Amino acid sequence: MAVIRDIMPAFDLLQPSSTAEAQKLLEQNGSDAWVMAGGLDSFDWLKDRIKKPRVLVDLSGVEELKGVRPASDGGVEIGAMTTLTEVVKHPFIRQHFALLSQGAELAASPQIRNQGTIGGNVSQDARCHYYRAGWPCYRAGGNICYADTPTGRNREHAILHADRCVAVNPSDSAPALIALDAKFVIQSPKGQRVVDAEDYYIGPDIDITHLNILKPGDLLTAIRIPATFAGAQFYFEKIRDRNVWDFALLNVACAMTVSGGNIDKMRIAVNGAAARPLRLQAVEQYAQGKPRNAATGVEAGKLAVQGAVPLQFNAYKIPLMRNLVKRAIAGVEVTT
Amino acid sequence: MSILQWAYSPWGQHVPIHIAWALIYVCAVGGLLFLIVHAIYVRYFAGAEEFEGSPVPAVAARVPDRVPRHSLAARMFHWIMAAAMLTLLVTAFLPKVGVPFAWVTWHWIAGAVLTVSIIYHIIHASFWLDFWSIWPDKADMEDAQRRLNRFLGKRSPAPRRFAKYPLENKMYHGVIVLTGLAAILTGVFMMFRVRTGILPRNPYLFGDMTWGLMYVLHGLAGVGLIALVMVHIYFAMRPEKFVITKSMVFGSMPKDYYLQHHDPERWAVAQGESSTGASAAD
Repeated sequence: MAVIRDIMPAFDLLQPSSTAEAQKLLEQNGSDAWVMAGGLDSFDWLKDRIKKPRVLVDLSGVEELKGVRPASDGGVEIGAMTTLTEVVKHPFIRQHFALLSQGAELAASPQIRNQGTIGGNVSQDARCHYYRAGWPCYRAGGNICYADTPTGRNREHAILHADRCVAVNPSDSAPALIALDAKFVIQSPKGQRVVDAEDYYIGPDIDITHLNILKPGDLLTAIRIPATFAGAQFYFEKIRDRNVWDFALLNVACAMTVSGGNIDKMRIAVNGAAARPLRLQAVEQYAQGKPRNAATGVEAGKLAVQGAVPLQFNAYKIPLMRNLVKRAIAGVEVTT
Repeated sequence: MSILQWAYSPWGQHVPIHIAWALIYVCAVGGLLFLIVHAIYVRYFAGAEEFEGSPVPAVAARVPDRVPRHSLAARMFHWIMAAAMLTLLVTAFLPKVGVPFAWVTWHWIAGAVLTVSIIYHIIHASFWLDFWSIWPDKADMEDAQRRLNRFLGKRSPAPRRFAKYPLENKMYHGVIVLTGLAAILTGVFMMFRVRTGILPRNPYLFGDMTWGLMYVLHGLAGVGLIALVMVHIYFAMRPEKFVITKSMVFGSMPKDYYLQHHDPERWAVAQGESSTGASAAD
């Protein structure tokens, strides 16, 4: 059982001042290096003495990883080290991609958003209490899931795509970015690669010890949002136990363009339902061309939860997700 | 380097959880080295095979042109087992060496196929075949001693021709039985930890230490099978053994090869026996 000691294990603190320098340090130290953005996930692990990296690469001094840069084509590039507060308050994002500012604004507390970064928020680790406590579960490299046992506490855990591990991804900005068709820019020793936001995440069936595709030496440098859904109709809703400050039990993000009352183009994603933020492609296909109303929302909600398998204490997530999807598509004013 | 990975259970117990995955490379390299050394030995140092005496002409005359070796049922078992085994190895170890994919379902399905095929084989071999033909006997030991003496330059009569299976085959079979059964038995229990729809999920079936040891034994058997399968495929592809490999496809081997390598008194083949039927010992 982990005990917070508030004294971190010793490590070499490396503070690069450029992306190139950071990249070089990560390449040199490989799997011995721990990448720290805002530190809000990292310090939990380090103070609990569960993760004991030999080297900590602190990116807070890399200015080129910070800032919001509107692109000439109407899209925007956000440096991975941009704080959530900047993302929330940036006028260009608020005007064109309000879905992201809504999602980011619902993350944690104002203090945490001042320190937390968009790169850190999308890359944070699972919040399963057994895993965070340092128990040797599947996600920690062991051979059991303590949450998925007859007496395990799994109220916050997965209802979809669980494979041995039932932890969920806790990010609030991730589903918004998936809905906005964002691309993640990853710098690696082999060069730069750009992946779709939804492909940045990985499920336990593929890799049970990671939530994303970053390998040792990789660095998420920026997030690019294309103009595709700029100024579209957005819906973001987060359900949590404490409205002032908590991780999502479930959240939903939806971006759509509507013409003549019918859904023209739509992307929708949920988080808190699986180990990766889920883009609901079946829902998107169903809703395309249909009127944006309650009837479409109801059917879409049913589609969204197909295949859901509840654990002992999280069956509530199935009607919750069904209703969130329904509200996202129909619009909350229609269904309430 | 430790060969095991350890962790502390929630109750503070120091328990093994896995083998060290570096053992994958150790076994693969070990298997490869064996193949290289053996290939060099056969190519440059090994003498011609010599056997004591020669077949009695009257007996040889009764041997059919194609000597039945493996029945259709035995061949089907072998290839189903081989497919399951290769699937198990690929699904178990590719993700560990950097080729991630959704492997668990494929793995347990292949494991279930292997388990059923092995159960079939045990029953088939015990009641319908000559069960003892695959186990070393006294003559094998005596011939092994003769070979060793001759290898060391001592005077010794040439070994006799083989029964249906040479001693090396029997020894390999014995090792495969041990590692295979270890992997299967532990694998069946491990299926209680995942949702398969076959066995009820029960992660509390054993304590942490027992589960840990089970994973370790499964892992050790698994990496051992990497080397064993490499060796098996290597011998199956060697030119001098290829007749035996073909017999596992077509069911029979040529009379000449049979008379040259096998002792009709130790592996009797009745005249007129069909080349596609079951032999006395399969």
